Amino acid sequence: MSDKVLMKGNEAIAEAAIIAGCRHYFGYPITPQTEVAAYMAKKMPKIGGVFLQAESEIAAINMVYGVASAGYRVMTSSSSPGISLKGEGLSYLAGADLPALVVNVQRGGPGLGGIQPSQSDYFQATRGGGHGDYHMIVFAPASVQEMADLTSLAFDLADKYRMPAMLLADGTMGQMMEPVELPEEHSNSVEKPWAVTGTKCERKHNIINSLYLVPEELEKTNFERFERYKAIEENEVRYESFMMDDAEICVVAFGIAARVSKNAVVAARKEGIKAGLIRPITVWPFPKKPLKEAADKVKGFISVELSMGQMIEDIKLSTECKKPVALCNRAGGMIPSPEQVLEAIKNMQGGKQ
Amino acid sequence: MTYKRLTLLCGHYGSGKTNIAVNMAFELKKQQDRVAVADLDIVNPYFRTKDSSDDFSHAGIRLICSDYANTNLDLPAMPEDLYALTDDKELYTILDIGGDDRGALALGRIAAAILEENNYEMFAVINKYRPLTRDAASTVEVLREIEWACRMKFTAVINNSNLGRETDAQTVLDSLEYAEEVAKLMGLEKILTSAEERLCPELEGRVPGLLALKLQKKIL
Repeated sequence: MSDKVLMKGNEAIAEAAIIAGCRHYFGYPITPQTEVAAYMAKKMPKIGGVFLQAESEIAAINMVYGVASAGYRVMTSSSSPGISLKGEGLSYLAGADLPALVVNVQRGGPGLGGIQPSQSDYFQATRGGGHGDYHMIVFAPASVQEMADLTSLAFDLADKYRMPAMLLADGTMGQMMEPVELPEEHSNSVEKPWAVTGTKCERKHNIINSLYLVPEELEKTNFERFERYKAIEENEVRYESFMMDDAEICVVAFGIAARVSKNAVVAARKEGIKAGLIRPITVWPFPKKPLKEAADKVKGFISVELSMGQMIEDIKLSTECKKPVALCNRAGGMIPSPEQVLEAIKNMQGGKQ
Repeated sequence: MTYKRLTLLCGHYGSGKTNIAVNMAFELKKQQDRVAVADLDIVNPYFRTKDSSDDFSHAGIRLICSDYANTNLDLPAMPEDLYALTDDKELYTILDIGGDDRGALALGRIAAAILEENNYEMFAVINKYRPLTRDAASTVEVLREIEWACRMKFTAVINNSNLGRETDAQTVLDSLEYAEEVAKLMGLEKILTSAEERLCPELEGRVPGLLALKLQKKIL
């Protein structure tokens, strides 16, 4: 009990990153993720780490590229408009096969949008974010505890698969306070023979690069990368299944929307409606299999999102459009209420009970 | 408890200042006719005293707060009626100051007037379960930074040590020694202990200056 601490989601990310051996943080302030940077600014100097407020988001992501090239654990964090600025850098990280953690504490958009919570960067996160053929492993935490645990896991998997990983949170998750049990101290477990660490004239030098002058070679790197992605889709899918055993209506939601949905599912059950929830914990790779299996049993799906329905495509693809998918959403910084979700469940059930 | 005309709540961010401010305002309203809550938080645009603005207006409590709190405009702005705090000597006010030294900078603007009037209590709100203030030494470090930023000295401590919804009576009891240590290092004698009201029957008589708190409404 006394080992627990009361943390904001943003603080949990920062502390978990430090525990995972990250000693390099580069960022630029933006609400609602600024506590990540504030925490790093306080803590990094005390433990011999680097906190650097860059002149821009673009500078920060390129500093991440540099440190990742040297084989160290490194991260940056921002919120929606700032992540767009990092888009080029994300693509370069992916193209150079560099592991790094990028945190997006989403706010309402498009454009400068607002500072209130949102999930409307789903397309951007799950489809890569920058140009070119690539993916990031994307985690969607739904509690402060998961903010910590998934930060830890994101570093491990980024190293394991040599690729950028993203923590896709939202303003509410970043700001809310909950008790947390911090993960065990651990650090780089993966050897990085590719890192640029100085040859000491004892080996051939390593090159970190995403430019290929010969198209056949560039094609080869793309094909190889997608072999890795296939392995990730097979091995790294994470999701939570809640009251799905006998469910007739399947709510699909991640992050803060999943917390609201869980309350609604419980309320629906009290009214005799067999509702259940599938919560993607990784949104790329997406939990296709459990959704496909659910499609044979349920009447339909309800996608609950803080966006205009960006996840619906993935639900339809996973279920091969076997059952209808309804949308229950708010946008622009607003959060759906459990009552709104319950109403959507009742509508799908077929009118008032 | 008896209130001075101005009650200032400062501390590390996330230590619970806003929730205590809201509770104190309703308590104070039972004792005084003209009561205000002043939200001087220039750091955090989320979770503000403004969340309780309907309850305040019901109770006849004035809210002195930037128009931009809880909006999409992320401006470190001060309320337009800020000087009511120091000019209106009949207005009993609870001041909710932003977290850490950066939040306390805002208080510096009116510190001279507060010191001159000299009818205030400045509470250090502390929580040993927050990651950067887990022991007395690190807590005092944060509190000293706050004093530097606002050019005022704390006069008392509110031990608000809690683990959110997982708090039980033992959580609070385990923090008493920490609070005493902080008070000692700060050279302060007055210690209050704040806890959610559900825990108070069990804590009654076992902690110094028990302050029962209702929790502000949360979304989830």
